[in-house]
Amino acid sequence: MKEFIEIDKDFKTEPYQINMGPQHPATHGVLNLLLTIDGEIIKKVEPDLGYIHRSIEKMCERDSYQQIVHLTDRMDYLSANINNEAVCLTVEKALQLEIPDRVKVIRTIIGELTRISSHCLWWGVMGMDVGALTTYFYGFRDREMLNDIFEETCGARLTMNYNVPGGLMYDIHPNFVGRVKKFIDHFKTKIPEYDRLLSENVIFQKRTKGVGILSKEDAISFGVSGPVGRASGYSCDVRKYHPYSAFDRVDFNEVLRTEGDTFARYQVRIQELWESLYVVEQLIDNIPEGEYRVKTNAVIKLPKGEFYQKVETARGELGVYIISTGTKNPYRLKFRSPGFSNLSALNHMAVGSKIGDLVAIMATLDLVIPDIDR
Amino acid sequence: MMTNQELQNLIGSWFPNPEATEVTSETKENPEVTEQTEAQSKPSQPINKSLLEFTDEGSEFLNITVQPEHLYRLMGQLRSNEQTCFDYLFCLTGMDWEPELGVVYHLESTVNRHAIVVKVKTSDRENPNFDSVWDIWRTAEFHEREVFDFFGIKFNNHPNLKRLFLTENWEGFPLRKDYVDDVNMVIM
Amino acid sequence: MTSIINSSYFLILSTTAKESLSILEILLIALGYLTFFAVAGLFLVLLERRVAAWFQLRIGPNRVGYQGLLQTMADALKLVSKELTGTIKADKLLYNLAPYFVIITALMSLAVFPFSKQIQAFDINIGIFFLIAVSSIGVIGILLGGWASNNKFALIGAMRSGVQTISYELSVGLSLLTMILITGSLQLSEIVEVQRQGGWLILQGHIPAIIAFMVYMIAGTAETNRAPFDLVEAESELGAGFHTEYSGMKFAYFFLAEFINMFIIASIATTVFFGAWLSPFGITESIPWLGVFWFLAKAMVLVFLMMWFRWTFPRLRVDQLLTLEWKYLLPINLVNIVIMALIVWLNLTIKF
Repeated sequence: MKEFIEIDKDFKTEPYQINMGPQHPATHGVLNLLLTIDGEIIKKVEPDLGYIHRSIEKMCERDSYQQIVHLTDRMDYLSANINNEAVCLTVEKALQLEIPDRVKVIRTIIGELTRISSHCLWWGVMGMDVGALTTYFYGFRDREMLNDIFEETCGARLTMNYNVPGGLMYDIHPNFVGRVKKFIDHFKTKIPEYDRLLSENVIFQKRTKGVGILSKEDAISFGVSGPVGRASGYSCDVRKYHPYSAFDRVDFNEVLRTEGDTFARYQVRIQELWESLYVVEQLIDNIPEGEYRVKTNAVIKLPKGEFYQKVETARGELGVYIISTGTKNPYRLKFRSPGFSNLSALNHMAVGSKIGDLVAIMATLDLVIPDIDR
Repeated sequence: MMTNQELQNLIGSWFPNPEATEVTSETKENPEVTEQTEAQSKPSQPINKSLLEFTDEGSEFLNITVQPEHLYRLMGQLRSNEQTCFDYLFCLTGMDWEPELGVVYHLESTVNRHAIVVKVKTSDRENPNFDSVWDIWRTAEFHEREVFDFFGIKFNNHPNLKRLFLTENWEGFPLRKDYVDDVNMVIM
Repeated sequence: MTSIINSSYFLILSTTAKESLSILEILLIALGYLTFFAVAGLFLVLLERRVAAWFQLRIGPNRVGYQGLLQTMADALKLVSKELTGTIKADKLLYNLAPYFVIITALMSLAVFPFSKQIQAFDINIGIFFLIAVSSIGVIGILLGGWASNNKFALIGAMRSGVQTISYELSVGLSLLTMILITGSLQLSEIVEVQRQGGWLILQGHIPAIIAFMVYMIAGTAETNRAPFDLVEAESELGAGFHTEYSGMKFAYFFLAEFINMFIIASIATTVFFGAWLSPFGITESIPWLGVFWFLAKAMVLVFLMMWFRWTFPRLRVDQLLTLEWKYLLPINLVNIVIMALIVWLNLTIKF
């Protein structure tokens, strides 16, 4: 970190503090960033958290395992399905339940659709943060189709609760396969449109290239995961290294960039849209027949022990760490949220850049505040 | 990629128990060669051989329990040793084991792709105190602040140890088991 | 208040006009312009919203009145009826003065435009110079507003505005000066006359004129603080920039002034590059009043162009904004002036 104050002998200047948030358009929720700035140049970023902390971890100690699944929707609400899946997988791992293939495949499809939906929203907001307001509506247009699919599948558009320990809440809707295929065809024509509108724009590239560089070593040290880590050349895709659900039987590439700047993070997410589509394409025609749910006890009691499961949400690695004493409630449940670790690298990335850069960096970190303030 | 047994032998050799030095000396010299014979001949590792305590606790990771005074040295070695190279601290959890307070570190190596869990405990509930590992893994800076916020565990040498989520004047540490919450009734 | 200032301004300047008008006539003209200003501002806001909606796969306001024509009227009524809030620590006088600076300068510029051969309130002989001078007063209002609100975000916005306007004014002035080399006069009616005889200036001056037009449009967009140069407001960075602390009608003044300024930038371009009220190929030269239609039509095309910029481009960063001006636009402009001077000197302009 550079020295804070460089005082000119004749002209006294001093950096000043400014509260970016908790109500600020670029913080996407109630995140407060205490900026120390010298004119336009950022000297220090100190996140001030907790504006929507609901103490989900404490609530989990109260609730049964079925109830906990519902709380996870409220963390990273943009990848609600993947969060649900994480808790369900941990519980199933602890109970050593054998999950039917049908469930695994449907979970994977829904998870990848959730990832696409999240990245669509991110893309829209990313454009908006750098000043191109139109992208927002393009992103939402495509997200809307997915929300309709989710709504038909499980009755909710945001907080799905589709996964339950042992399988799925309901079987998929008869229209599901057809609508997903229609979406794939639709979306394949839309990603190039995204590129034409924003990625290829000269101003956008100037704004993002070489901004907020995070080296691979720093990325690992800061525990950064997901697209942010992969843009720094850090191969960290949980789907590849610790495959869960049906990821061991599908073919997809882990998108890697080495630049580690804002534009690389942007490209990783855009490329991930293609990869997620590819995963869904492979599975959508081959949903095996079978049960959509394994019968579990009405009151799930996990055996005594510690269970850790990680999944790849749209933001990165979500870990669920359950410590059970053999009762119907967890003794302690910890969520390792991707946003929290990613946010910790913000100061390192933003120091020395301008206010406009900070907004672009935050946009590519893709922070969801309830995920940080669990 | 090292198996849990290999890791256990290697890491155990760093902290020999002074009472059992004659046993550890042979593993110290060449842990790889001895691990096979050792694993066959002695399936349950003698605990007194090392200052560290190795358990399995029904999880897929190797659990190491370390005394607070050895924590920083162990962590530094886990990070810098080429064979272990645990460069990714993916989870840092505050714990209240009643009566002990502690911290659980989940470590993974991005080079070797193995993972372990390090636990540290103290029975001092008034003034729990551990060494900070923020200069080993930068992500710990935030996670330790979170643990301080909810468990009141202090970390020595932490650059900015203050409340992260809660306000500065908040009384008590909410995730402790003995926290009385009259207002919000999270636990009923 | 605006009408009083406006009319006194006419009064002062009328001594230089060829025929002096009575105070009543001046007041009537001022009233006419005020009405036009209000209607044009409201219409442009609606147009912007409809254009934005069109770009963004939406419909836009279409419920209040036919196709939403009364929507902005309703919004204006709401803004008028809103409470004027402000910060306690603001510098009261400057804080209240700032919106008027912005709106009055916007209104002053309107006076000199030749909407048709007859409809030109004030044909001053230094027309272009007057326009450039007056339009740069507006930034004082923004600086005052940002500084007097006693808000750090507003201050950053105001400082950005100062930097931006000072820089881009050079390009606006120089690109217009390039065209003055052809006309040899700063008077707007003279400029139109030259174009009536020899075709629109953008055709007369061919390559350097097109370069000048492009530079002018870029710098003009920056002058009006619109995207991609809207660093002054930069809602994702500064909340609302310099007018963070303004509400109700004071905010509406800033808001309307932005749209009027956009219209002014387009009108200057129409006058200097596209022959003001002249119809293409002189097709309606026998019907003089259609000049108004042609003037507004050309201006609207350019306004649309600026809206197109806004809804397509991301925003520049403050250092890139200055790099663009000082490292690219300004040198291009200076070279362009020399080329234009050579072309005029060697008589290489295209005349129809």
